Amino acid sequence: MSLRARLKQWVDERFGWEALTAPLRKKTVPSHRYSYWYFLGGITLFLFLIQVVTGALLLLYYRPGANDAFESVQFIMTQVQFGWLVRSIHSWSANLIVFTAFAHMFSVLFLKAYRKPRELTWVSGMVLLFLILGFGFTGYLLPWNTVSYFATKVGTAIPGQIPLIGRPTLIFLRGGEDVTGATVNRMFGFHVAILPGIATLLIMLHLGLIQWFGISAPPKIEKEWKQSPASRREMHFFPNFALRELMAWYAALGVLGALAALFPWNLGVKADPFASAPAGIKPEWYFLFMFQSLKLIPAKIFGVDGELLGVLGFGALAGIAVLLPFLDRKEPFNTSRWITGAGVLVLSYMVAMTIYGHFAR
Amino acid sequence: MDSQSTAPPLARRRFVELILGTGLIASALSFLYPILKYLIPPKLPDYANEAVLAARVSEIKPNQGKIFRFGSKPGLLIESAAGEYSAMSAVCTHLGCTVQYRSDLNQVWCPCHNGMYDIHGRNISGPPPRPLEALDVQVRGDEIFVRRKTEG
Amino acid sequence: MNSAHISCAQLRGILCTIGCWAGLVVLGSMGLWSQTKSSCLDCHQNLPEPLGVTAEKFAEDIHSQKGLTCASCHGGDPTSDDPEKAMSPAAKWKGKIERRQVPELCASCHANAELMKTYNPSIRVDQFQQYKTSVHGKKWAAGDPKVAVCTDCHSVHDLRSPSDPRSTVHPTNVAATCARCHADADYMKSYGIPTDQFSGYNRSVHHDAMVVRGDLSAPTCSTCHGNHGAAPPGVESVVNVCATCHVFQAQLFEKSPHKAAFSKAGFPGCVTCHSNHEIKHPSDEMIGTGSNAVCVECHMQGDAGYRTAADMKAKLTELDSALTRSNSILAIAERDGMEVGEAKLQARQARDALVKSRVTIHAFNSAELDRDVTPGLKLAKETYAAGQRALGERRFRRVGLGVSLIAIAIVLLGLRLYLREIESE
Repeated sequence: MSLRARLKQWVDERFGWEALTAPLRKKTVPSHRYSYWYFLGGITLFLFLIQVVTGALLLLYYRPGANDAFESVQFIMTQVQFGWLVRSIHSWSANLIVFTAFAHMFSVLFLKAYRKPRELTWVSGMVLLFLILGFGFTGYLLPWNTVSYFATKVGTAIPGQIPLIGRPTLIFLRGGEDVTGATVNRMFGFHVAILPGIATLLIMLHLGLIQWFGISAPPKIEKEWKQSPASRREMHFFPNFALRELMAWYAALGVLGALAALFPWNLGVKADPFASAPAGIKPEWYFLFMFQSLKLIPAKIFGVDGELLGVLGFGALAGIAVLLPFLDRKEPFNTSRWITGAGVLVLSYMVAMTIYGHFAR
Repeated sequence: MDSQSTAPPLARRRFVELILGTGLIASALSFLYPILKYLIPPKLPDYANEAVLAARVSEIKPNQGKIFRFGSKPGLLIESAAGEYSAMSAVCTHLGCTVQYRSDLNQVWCPCHNGMYDIHGRNISGPPPRPLEALDVQVRGDEIFVRRKTEG
Repeated sequence: MNSAHISCAQLRGILCTIGCWAGLVVLGSMGLWSQTKSSCLDCHQNLPEPLGVTAEKFAEDIHSQKGLTCASCHGGDPTSDDPEKAMSPAAKWKGKIERRQVPELCASCHANAELMKTYNPSIRVDQFQQYKTSVHGKKWAAGDPKVAVCTDCHSVHDLRSPSDPRSTVHPTNVAATCARCHADADYMKSYGIPTDQFSGYNRSVHHDAMVVRGDLSAPTCSTCHGNHGAAPPGVESVVNVCATCHVFQAQLFEKSPHKAAFSKAGFPGCVTCHSNHEIKHPSDEMIGTGSNAVCVECHMQGDAGYRTAADMKAKLTELDSALTRSNSILAIAERDGMEVGEAKLQARQARDALVKSRVTIHAFNSAELDRDVTPGLKLAKETYAAGQRALGERRFRRVGLGVSLIAIAIVLLGLRLYLREIESE
């Protein structure tokens, strides 16, 4: 018997490998003209794994705290061999994962994969999206440079405006009244322990649910296949789809490497809490649409503080987004088209606001 | 195309597996090489916020100054006539020349335009508009360490 | 007692009481209850210029704040409301003080050390002494009615301490005060001196230091010309004036060949090249044999000075461009994440050499200049080499990236082929 066959037998005798993996070998993926969108979820997972690996490597040299953070990142960038590569991959991947997570969410929305019975998959996915944004926000402060210091100051001040819970939230996020070394420590704890813990559980849930329900095909395609059953195409997950997924992951790795080597992430200037904010300070691009919207809202609307209304509005939008599957119903009227329309609107708004925010002064 | 289809399918399969295998191994090596190098700690395990060894107590005398490297900028360590140590950035606040300690004047002097500072770095005459940035001094045994002033 | 009648005594009593109170009210409103009665202001604050002085204006005056009144300078009786009595010779009334009389009037207090000590022990009392040595003072003594007297510069009736930013003689205002006469071409016509000093000064680096950078120690008119003893510095002493701040340049100049040459030709020291009022920020363009250079205003092709000028310029340019080259290569390397801390330190020292060189040229001696330029060039060269090494590291990274991308491409190709293989069955 070959070595491979003998290993297989060893594992099977102890863990029932064949029985365990039988459903996986039967797993199929609907194959149609929209199938390429299915890669986005996997790429997001891949980028998350990259973040875990590069993050763990960074943990070997990074030191949190106002006195050490900036210098430790500088050390990684300039003294540690290939430190520049690990850190730049981590920073670039962070930006890419936000993009792919949003793209994955919108593709699921437009392909209507959130429909019954997959409501909880959607909900867990939305929470994961918020967690990814949380990762981005908490990680951004860790290098303790001017841009990240002021971005955190503004970013934590915004929820601080919400009545009742705002101030406690602000103190909870900042670890005090102001953004200080204590804030870095806190964000560090969130970023490397708390958020990863929650995210891991949710990812396992999310993947488990996907396994349980299988991959959904969009309603349009389902209708086509019902009309002519012969046109139905299913691809085996193993090895066909998996190998294609591997190609996508390798390509993503190549892109990350190129970005990291050609555009290494910059260090900035060490944060000085006593200096005034640089003119035109802006958050990272994925928060830009909210930032720009808040800037455009008039100071007072019907006597209520405009910015507060904006913050509450975004909160309400997030809440509706999480509950989306429960809003897709046939009675009292078919909401499916409305949801697609709303999705297009929201996506266009976010893109437009991001571009506007980028060029605005 | 034709040469491929006439070749025995098994050979073609083997060829493809060879390419794939080579690629996988090569790419795995190109990922592992930087990671393994990264794991090896660099020779200078301290960085700018750790204290820099500015001088030894035995090598600096009262009413004497010493220039040392602090990050990528020069620093100045002074032992006063009374035996107290003070350290400051040696970058003149006028136009950036490197200052020095003048034992004959008991003051810090910039040779470029005759700027003068006292032994604590306060600008007292000439063009410099601001004092020299003060640094923390710590004496441990025979070694004098200098570091940035930490956040209070 | 009869109901409707008031007795004579009672009436007297009532009238006295009313009268006393009324008198008190009247007297009180006349300011008898205030500190110093000044009947002068009562009339003069309502008169138009030039007779008018408002109470607000006079309250700003440092003399008024110290307790002096109109009568302190003008004489007269400030307690009397009767103009005839208040402004009478008996009350020693002087009336309007003529310009001619101003210096001696001011000096009657300000040159009296015993008196001034009671107000401010550290104030100087030699202003009048100095004034008499100044051009203004000499002309005044000769009877010139147009020349500046105390009140022309210090103002009058709202005279402020020189440390008050609103004072006409605060460092930031001195130039404008002098310019009131000295920039007025018509007024100065009879004196035959130029009137472009103010406009020149406003374009100078000293004006910039004072007004833009806020450095109150920067020189203004009085710094070089003196204030009370104002006179243009003599040709030989110009260098001493500049030397109070520009020590090194002056020392080098004194030892240079220019010192003797300028003395002989009657040229002032620093001013010959740098101008006196419109002192612009110097640049390397001023040295050498180019069109903007000052050297070629005297030196001609073929003479030793011309050669030295060209040589010095060449050295400065060489060092400057070496620095620029090495700084830009370091910037590129640093931007791409390379470690260049040590090299940046060296570049700093090289820059120090350039800064020093620009001072050393005042020796007008190539060998002297070499002593600063040569080490600078050496450092710049080493820095450049460090930058090249850093770029070499950058190249290594890109090669590494290329290798890994090739490996990845092979994998992608392999997967593609493999998929085609297994799916063609």
